[in-house]
Amino acid sequence: MDILISGLLLGGTYALMAMGLNLQYGVARIMNLANGEMLVLGGLAAFWLFTASAISPLITALVVAPLAFAGNWLIYRYLLLPLVRRSKNQGQLEVDSILATFGISFALVGVMVSIHGEYITYSYLADPFSILGSTVALNRLVAFLAAATIGAALYIWLNRTYAGTAVRAVSVDTEAAGLVGINVDRISALAFALGGAVTAVGGTLISTFITLDASIGVIFTMKALIIIIMGGVGDIRGAIIAALILGLVETTVATVIDPGLTLAAAYVIFLAVLLFRPQGLFGRRTS
Amino acid sequence: MNRRTIMVSFSSALLAAGIAGLTAASVIAADPIKIGVVSHLTGPLAGGEAVTHTPNIELWAKQINDRGGLKVDGEQRPVEIITYDDKTDPAEHIKAVQRLATQDEVDYMLSPYGTGFNIAAAPIYAKYNYPLVAVSAITDKIPELSKRFPNMFFTLGTTSGFVEGVRDTLVTMRDAGTIGNKIAMVNVADAFGIELADTARPILTEAGFEIVYDKSYPLGTPDISPVVKGAKASEPDAFVAWSYPPDTFALTEQAIIEDLDVKAFYTAVATCFPAYADKFGAKIEGNLGAGGINPDTPAMQAYRKAHKEVTGKEADYWASATYYASLQVLEQAIEGVGSVDREATIDYIKNNSFDTVLGTISFDENNNSERYWSVGQWRDGVFRAVADTGMGDSVPAVAKEGWN
Amino acid sequence: MNSGEMKFLVIGVVLALGAASIPIVSDGYWLSIATTAMMYIALSTSWTLFSGPTHLIALSTGAFFGIGGYLVGSGMSDYDQSFWLMAIIAPVVATILAMLIGLATLRLSGVYFVIFTLGLAEMIRNLVSWVQNNFLGSRGLYVLTDFTEAHIYWMLLSVATIVFLAGWLINRSRLGFALRIIGNDEQVARHVGINTAWSKVILFMTTGFFAALVGAIVAPRYSYIEPNVVFSPQLSFLVVIMALLGGIHRLWGPLVGVIPFTLIWEAISISFPNSTTLFLGLSFLLIVYFIPNGFVGLFENLTGRMRK
Repeated sequence: MDILISGLLLGGTYALMAMGLNLQYGVARIMNLANGEMLVLGGLAAFWLFTASAISPLITALVVAPLAFAGNWLIYRYLLLPLVRRSKNQGQLEVDSILATFGISFALVGVMVSIHGEYITYSYLADPFSILGSTVALNRLVAFLAAATIGAALYIWLNRTYAGTAVRAVSVDTEAAGLVGINVDRISALAFALGGAVTAVGGTLISTFITLDASIGVIFTMKALIIIIMGGVGDIRGAIIAALILGLVETTVATVIDPGLTLAAAYVIFLAVLLFRPQGLFGRRTS
Repeated sequence: MNRRTIMVSFSSALLAAGIAGLTAASVIAADPIKIGVVSHLTGPLAGGEAVTHTPNIELWAKQINDRGGLKVDGEQRPVEIITYDDKTDPAEHIKAVQRLATQDEVDYMLSPYGTGFNIAAAPIYAKYNYPLVAVSAITDKIPELSKRFPNMFFTLGTTSGFVEGVRDTLVTMRDAGTIGNKIAMVNVADAFGIELADTARPILTEAGFEIVYDKSYPLGTPDISPVVKGAKASEPDAFVAWSYPPDTFALTEQAIIEDLDVKAFYTAVATCFPAYADKFGAKIEGNLGAGGINPDTPAMQAYRKAHKEVTGKEADYWASATYYASLQVLEQAIEGVGSVDREATIDYIKNNSFDTVLGTISFDENNNSERYWSVGQWRDGVFRAVADTGMGDSVPAVAKEGWN
Repeated sequence: MNSGEMKFLVIGVVLALGAASIPIVSDGYWLSIATTAMMYIALSTSWTLFSGPTHLIALSTGAFFGIGGYLVGSGMSDYDQSFWLMAIIAPVVATILAMLIGLATLRLSGVYFVIFTLGLAEMIRNLVSWVQNNFLGSRGLYVLTDFTEAHIYWMLLSVATIVFLAGWLINRSRLGFALRIIGNDEQVARHVGINTAWSKVILFMTTGFFAALVGAIVAPRYSYIEPNVVFSPQLSFLVVIMALLGGIHRLWGPLVGVIPFTLIWEAISISFPNSTTLFLGLSFLLIVYFIPNGFVGLFENLTGRMRK
């Protein structure tokens, strides 16, 4: 029971890391290597407001979301869209976006270091909470509930609204979407901005229980990339399920076998999934 | 001019600026004493460097310049600090040290953060005769390293020294009846964590302790709760973690949540950080960790007060003071020699004793200062030394009475 | 051998000889820049041997490089072996590993391959740390040798030269021909009877071999091996980025990527010592926008214009 609950909570944390990038890569087709920095930026905002004026990270999350949305919209519109327009094929765009977002990630690290070069750590809701006889940290539970809410909201939005349908259409085929009258550039910008906002909100919540620092973003980027690839590009369900699988596997291995092998086990699962399903759990077979 | 030529001229302008910077630095009148340091402003070790090294350099330079500078060749010369960022990358670090030595032609260099970086930079310091008063370099290889690099000095102790400090603390607590024999030990599976755990296993076992839980966890583990749950299930009397900063925070938080009620709770690096106390408040009363200081000496009190005034931050309760002391050693050696003669400075450091914030320190035949605190304990908001090598002013450790 | 190839060879020999004289004519500073650049030249060029023709971006350089550094550190520190023995063992181990990985990843394409190699590198780092922690124990991995920077530089230069020769030979061989067809259209390649699988695997092994060899040679320069430092994801990314900056469709592409990149990096470090990372990031962005086809594209454009 301990394993199941801790594992699900960890999976929720992973989902927070990955859902945003899933939108950015799946729809806007930008492999955003600055995703982790966006997450740390959200954490930095939470830390800063909490230590300076004792503002709850949950309130910070509400402030961070629109700011991150606007910031990411600008990044897409002015830094990435020129690359999208310029590239003749997906391969060229991939190369350009790797270079550009790597540059953005360095720049963001530089900015964050000048704001706060030390560890980003504080204590918020670090209290025990008992579910079904298992003790968990309240801040992790809150993050899990937030992840579940965001995931459900995204799923409903994507499947039940007109804008969501347009987003899915773009994610399946940009050209066809353009042909049926969808403004691909605007939908891509929307998806990229929304993804950035989800990631930054994830960062504010994650900072309540994981110690961050300005340079740690790359770790989160790698984890998020692995989760969305394991789930299959462009499917929000895939990212969530992959996140939960990783959370459960890591916790099981840590508890039953050896905590030293948790991350290794997670990567083994990831590799195994790709070996048997080269397009990820929910991915579409591409030609 | 099209966009491509703009780019070309931009990069050549950048290069030209860089080269101009190089030549400009070498023609400036040799008025200030130039002191170089290569920092990790970004990268995995940046967080530790920002707490332990950077503020002390700022404090030291300000204090020296406020009093007019260092006395050399019969005049007062201010110090000028030149810093480069290596992004915690050894290749960049080596390049930057070379740049300081041969392009900026700095008069002295300060020691870098991290064992690996001190050893990687040591050959260059040796080649150009820079004294290297290492601080954040804890190693059992001091005799071999000082033979290889006669310009290298050590101030923060050995791996074995640190483990023995923990053993002595636990033995004292056991003899006092505070704890029993059972230790749960965990470590981060990275260089220093593996080294400490490997050294600790025989030392703790020989002292009659039984290690009832012995596991590692990978660097960057996002959820440490299975480790703490596992340790708790083994019903230990003492908990020892050879941990790095992020996991020190995570282990402590998880121990509070799981209510891991042991009378001795030890986490290694970063327990001494003021941020640790800021994060957990009174809950960490009685926690043990690597480092510690004696807060009662006038020198230490003056240092901590000045640190707070100049940098706006509390000094950490371990290597901050030692790093400041290493700067004092350099300062006194330069003034003792009376000129910026680096070879003479190295000799001076070898053969004299220095009055520092740690008290009087001197270096033995292995260039090692055998005076350091190894274990500290949080008592009323101060991280006080409870075990040491050669200091003799530690207080006995007391039991930790729950997390409240 | 036609005259074009002859010219290529002559230029290569002149460049190699010029590069070999750097430690003699320069001071420690330029040598340290050259050594770092040579490390990236060897890594990026050997990376391009595989990724250029196949269009598969591999993020596993850090894993092979790490194996090289780690085996040298562990062998010398924990088992008292000589540097030379370990520098031979390390690339062999890496090559075998690369073969297994190559065979396992045959079905993957595009971004799935990219992230697979990234996950693989992280898995190897974690497994190595775990094995060391639980079975080998360690008192720190020290690599203390009497090599000077010049020795390391010359060794790296030799490796880089061999990488170029290997690349040149592969291009001339049946294997190179096969790979070019695979890169253009794998279906066509299969239809004309090319064993696409083994062609790719052999090249991947070559890449792994050289990355581990470079890691082994650089270990004495670092002197103290930390898994976190040698198995660096940052290194994997940087190698890819330098190669892409140069251009991956020419053997000499990474060379013209690494050299300006290293110099720009150096200029930024000097000009903005307190915000090096920020300005490096901005310079990446400028390069992407204003040099869209890499330095090779820029170079060929310029020479093309001069001919007019």
